[in-house]
Amino acid sequence: MGAAGNHQHRHPLSITEGGFPKTDSRLRGVSPAPTFPQGDAPISATTLTLPVLCPSPYRIIRGVDIFLQQVANGLTLGSIYALVALGYTLVYGILGLINFAHGEVVMVGALTALAASKFLLAAALPPYLVFTLAFLLAALVCMALSVIIERIAYRPLRNAPRLAPLITAIGVSIILQQLAMMLWGRSYHAMPQLLPETTFALGGVQITVIQIVIIGVAGLTMAALLVLVNRTRLGRAMRATAENPGIAALMGVDANRIIVLAFMIGSALAALAGMLVASNYGIAHYNMGFMLGLKAFTAAVLGGIGNLAGAVVGGLLLGVIEALGAGYIGDLTGGVLGSQYQDVFAFFVLIGVLVLRPAGLLGERVAERA
Amino acid sequence: MNAGMFLTHMPRKVQLALAVVALAGLPFMVSAGLGNTWLRVLDFALLYVMLALGLNIVVGFAGLLDLGYIAFYAVGAYVYALLASPQFGLHWPVWAILPVGALAACGFGVVLGAPTLRLRGDYLAIVTLGFGEIVRIFMNNLNAPVNITNGPKGIASIDPIQIGGHVLSQPLEIFGVTVPALVLTYYFFLALALLVMLAGLRLQDSRIGRAWAAIREDEMAAKACGINTRNVKLLAFAMGASFGGLAGGLFASFQEFVSPESFSLMESIMVLCMVVLGGMGHIPGVILGALVLTVLPEAFRHGAGPVQQAVFGQVLVDPENLRMLLFGIALVAVMLYRPSGLWPDPRHRQEFNAR
Repeated sequence: MGAAGNHQHRHPLSITEGGFPKTDSRLRGVSPAPTFPQGDAPISATTLTLPVLCPSPYRIIRGVDIFLQQVANGLTLGSIYALVALGYTLVYGILGLINFAHGEVVMVGALTALAASKFLLAAALPPYLVFTLAFLLAALVCMALSVIIERIAYRPLRNAPRLAPLITAIGVSIILQQLAMMLWGRSYHAMPQLLPETTFALGGVQITVIQIVIIGVAGLTMAALLVLVNRTRLGRAMRATAENPGIAALMGVDANRIIVLAFMIGSALAALAGMLVASNYGIAHYNMGFMLGLKAFTAAVLGGIGNLAGAVVGGLLLGVIEALGAGYIGDLTGGVLGSQYQDVFAFFVLIGVLVLRPAGLLGERVAERA
Repeated sequence: MNAGMFLTHMPRKVQLALAVVALAGLPFMVSAGLGNTWLRVLDFALLYVMLALGLNIVVGFAGLLDLGYIAFYAVGAYVYALLASPQFGLHWPVWAILPVGALAACGFGVVLGAPTLRLRGDYLAIVTLGFGEIVRIFMNNLNAPVNITNGPKGIASIDPIQIGGHVLSQPLEIFGVTVPALVLTYYFFLALALLVMLAGLRLQDSRIGRAWAAIREDEMAAKACGINTRNVKLLAFAMGASFGGLAGGLFASFQEFVSPESFSLMESIMVLCMVVLGGMGHIPGVILGALVLTVLPEAFRHGAGPVQQAVFGQVLVDPENLRMLLFGIALVAVMLYRPSGLWPDPRHRQEFNAR
């Protein structure tokens, strides 16, 4: 089959893996504005040098700056992971289900927010109002979507074999991707800039407004969620259902309501994450959810799945590890491995952590078998 | 007496003979009725049967959720590609490479299994997923500083399989009949798939198979019964991996080209879907799952355009798009109507109902 030699077989179901351009200047903390002169960029993988290798004090300070810069970028990315990871962990904590479709909900949130922003901007509303309204609309769409998903694909399988809902989740994920592709096409869409593109210099670290917004909003949301779950009546009901749905029901907790609420809260956070990530990178497309969801799920597991604080810690940690890994892996290995190994780096850390702490960083040592 | 009863009540030897005739005649019927494209699909379906049977050992028998299974397939494929291509100028015979590939994959299985022995359930799933990605990323990037895998470009012009002096990608003249290359490949793959199936069946009924089932049902209890859970779990990883490696070698030789793109996470997920959708731990079910999930998307691919044309008079939705959409819907629908798979183990079904 001579012709077949050059023809790449992929399983008919292969979905091209999406994700974000890894070398995106935003990830490295350089101002995203297209007008920013490229040659001025203070950080790039090639100019990174370890402090040890550069004796002059100026370069040592520069090395520290670069380190802090990577940490800042990592915290930005990590906040987004944490927001998405919370959605996974909320559902997992209550149902014990890996909601594989969650990443696609993030994608729907991002694309809805994008479409809404464009529409509202055309109506000449002020950018801050547009940002808020677009988020609210995206959150509503995602919440409705997740309620539908739960009703159709997960609820009928609540007492089914454990892997059955995993397969429906994969099915839903494929369906959402295809629907998004029908609605929005295969192309990358540019997210309108709603926030000022100012860059602050904080002790040598360049931080954009959007980065500050991401970290701030994510932090506030996560704090609010922790209060909700740990301090309110609803939160107590959620924790009770997670502990033992049967007993919780006897105590007057409507388990179905709690589960639907967990899905709704998770998907509102997903919409927020989707909007923030689209604003940060300036793009959104139908295939953005898969890798993001995967990373966030990894983060949730890293922190100890089912544990809210764990999801936050895992998300931030994964973000920082990725950013540092991308920046330093080349120097650490003497240039043998480049930044294309940043995912490998993240996964090695994950495996290392789980080998030492099999239930994640903050996960409690659960009984051997329920 | 209906047809099904008639078939099940025949003597075993007659059943076997009928099965042999049906399996031997299938490629000719397919190529006559549907064309060579479908014959190719059939060959790939057999590869996926082997993969699904291999993963079934890990997921179905031992109950260890593996989301990075395609890594072993990749290892097998790359071993074949490196030992029988111009990449290093090596051209080993197929009978030497396939065992080496299976052994290499087996080694990777142990490497993956060893650190993950203490993990359970979804923690194991995410570590195996990470492992699969690590293998893929390395294959994607090992073209520098030393070019081993040729990076994203992949390795081309891999030697086709040669058996008894005949190259499998060439048609064979035998008793005046020309057997096309795709049919020869079909027979070769079928033989190996049957071998894998037999190995699976024998393993399931063996002492090891019972140990796997015990671990799947309750690891603590299995341990208490004196099963060395560490070794038995490692064995599950190693055996599953070697079948994956075997299938990978065949894939490389059939395709005559490998690149990291063929070994994405989505492939792992698809093989897992085959196992779960068919009926976890039940070999006939898993085979059915692999066949359905390979043939169904192809059928959608060929049907999506023309059917729209016929019904609406025009193509409303991009057929490629519609194909995947239908596939997603099919996954959800099958699991909703048959939560324990299309053809589950009768014994399992009782357990699920009892729960």
